[in-house]
Amino acid sequence: MDEIQKKLTAPSKASREDVTGRIISYTCIAAIIILVISILYFITSRGIATFTTNHVSLWQFLSGKEWNPGTLNAKGQPQVGALPMIVTSFSVTILAALVATPFAIAVALFMTDIAPKNGAKFLQPVIELLVGIPSVVYGFIGLTVVVPFIRHLFGGTGSGILAGTIVLFVMVLPTITSLSVDALRAVPTYFRSASLALGATRFQTIYKVLLRAAMPRLLTAVIFGMARAFGEALAVQMVIGNAVLMPRNLVTPTSTLTSQLTTNIGNTIMGTLPNNALWSLALILLLMSLVFNLLIRCIGKRGEIKS
Amino acid sequence: MTAVGSTALQPLVEQAAQDYQASNKKVNLTVQGGGSGTGLSQVQQGAVQIGNSDIFAEQSSGIKANKLVDHKVAVVGMTPVVNPSTGVTNISMAQLRDIFTGKITNWKQVGGKDQKISVINRAQGSGTRATFESAVLEGKKAVTSQEQDSNGTVQKLVSSTPGAISYLAFSYVNDKVKALSIGNVKPTDKNVTTNKWTIWSYEHMYTKGQPNKATEGFLKYMNSGKVQNSLVHKLGYISIHDMKVTKNAKNVVTK
Repeated sequence: MDEIQKKLTAPSKASREDVTGRIISYTCIAAIIILVISILYFITSRGIATFTTNHVSLWQFLSGKEWNPGTLNAKGQPQVGALPMIVTSFSVTILAALVATPFAIAVALFMTDIAPKNGAKFLQPVIELLVGIPSVVYGFIGLTVVVPFIRHLFGGTGSGILAGTIVLFVMVLPTITSLSVDALRAVPTYFRSASLALGATRFQTIYKVLLRAAMPRLLTAVIFGMARAFGEALAVQMVIGNAVLMPRNLVTPTSTLTSQLTTNIGNTIMGTLPNNALWSLALILLLMSLVFNLLIRCIGKRGEIKS
Repeated sequence: MTAVGSTALQPLVEQAAQDYQASNKKVNLTVQGGGSGTGLSQVQQGAVQIGNSDIFAEQSSGIKANKLVDHKVAVVGMTPVVNPSTGVTNISMAQLRDIFTGKITNWKQVGGKDQKISVINRAQGSGTRATFESAVLEGKKAVTSQEQDSNGTVQKLVSSTPGAISYLAFSYVNDKVKALSIGNVKPTDKNVTTNKWTIWSYEHMYTKGQPNKATEGFLKYMNSGKVQNSLVHKLGYISIHDMKVTKNAKNVVTK
């Protein structure tokens, strides 16, 4: 009797595996959580040092237009005005998303509704290829092809927001496209069938039913693309010009948050103001990606297709 | 043993380290870039044995220079370069200063074509920029303009942008960009050694306190005739042995 009881209550091999599996996955999760928290803590503590240790006012940082962290202005305050970089970062991001979205949705519609078989077969690898190209290659093409072309058309140096937008357009296109494809595929077939049964043409179906039903997820796709554009450093740095000046138009050299970071981080010394100021830029980037994430969650929750 | 820092010095140290390790099998030397600031702060923290820098530790804020020992291993000359289309080959120091502070904005003001000047700077805090500004600007502030983070990119941009001006280390000057003479003095190694050409800087290898034995061995090798007389010239630097003048951290030159 005892033996049977023992046999039944003692942990079996399978249940032991269960415990091991649980331990492994919890350890991994804990490691990742610790990693994320320490990254957040590190960037935040470094980023706010500009304001706590170096006593730069937050308002001056966000609204100032002079960026020379090494030198003091007439009032003896360090010149750390990040406004030109903030404006440029947002400009290239929004412009790239605006230009890329129509193309991306058109390609996505082609792949899901217009020519699902051949379109997907041909375009899927093309999109995947675009994703796989490293950003330095995009930047190099931008520097050798796009920048001279813009210089030829508009004069000046050719680098600036326009060049950045063109390079980012190509880089976010595959992101937005593949997410848009998922969005359109998620619209139930009976939505399409019902619309067609009512006598709507294909264009009417796409315009009145498909795009509307998929709208929240399409928006998510666009925001994902924007998040990618906002954080892109290398390619943008090569074509933006890296002059910390307010952009007067689309073809004057200017600088984004990321390009300023990559250009200067190696030349500054840990713990000094020029270094802290760069961490503050990194903190802005971190907060913005948080905002993008929240937006995606918010839209995603509201827009689930109810059937 | 690890040497980190200046990208301007990196090629020389890399090559020398390779040769040194070939004859000293026990030594294991890693050479990395990262920039002068990284080199100075890492050697100060004791994270690496050698910090490579284009500038004196005294000129860098946040570095306790008295804790570091300076080993000068080479000299680099820098020259203003322009796009060949500007039609300018010689310029005065005052004109050069006015261009980089934004007072002169068209090439015809200095005897060139009627063409807008595009100033391309190096990143703030870069060693090349610090050297150029201390020699040329006399403490005035440079005009805010394009900033690039490497000699290579600057060379490419100057050669392709009409009206562009920037500055490069001698070894990066090629036939696609035009190196300017200043007050009819040509940017040559010989003029640097006598300080007739004033835009130059030392390449420093800093150690924290006196170097240990292995590090000292390598630094001695860097200073030996084998490196100074062949490798240094081959890679476009100027040998520290050829210098007829010295410069201190306050930019005072003595014979």
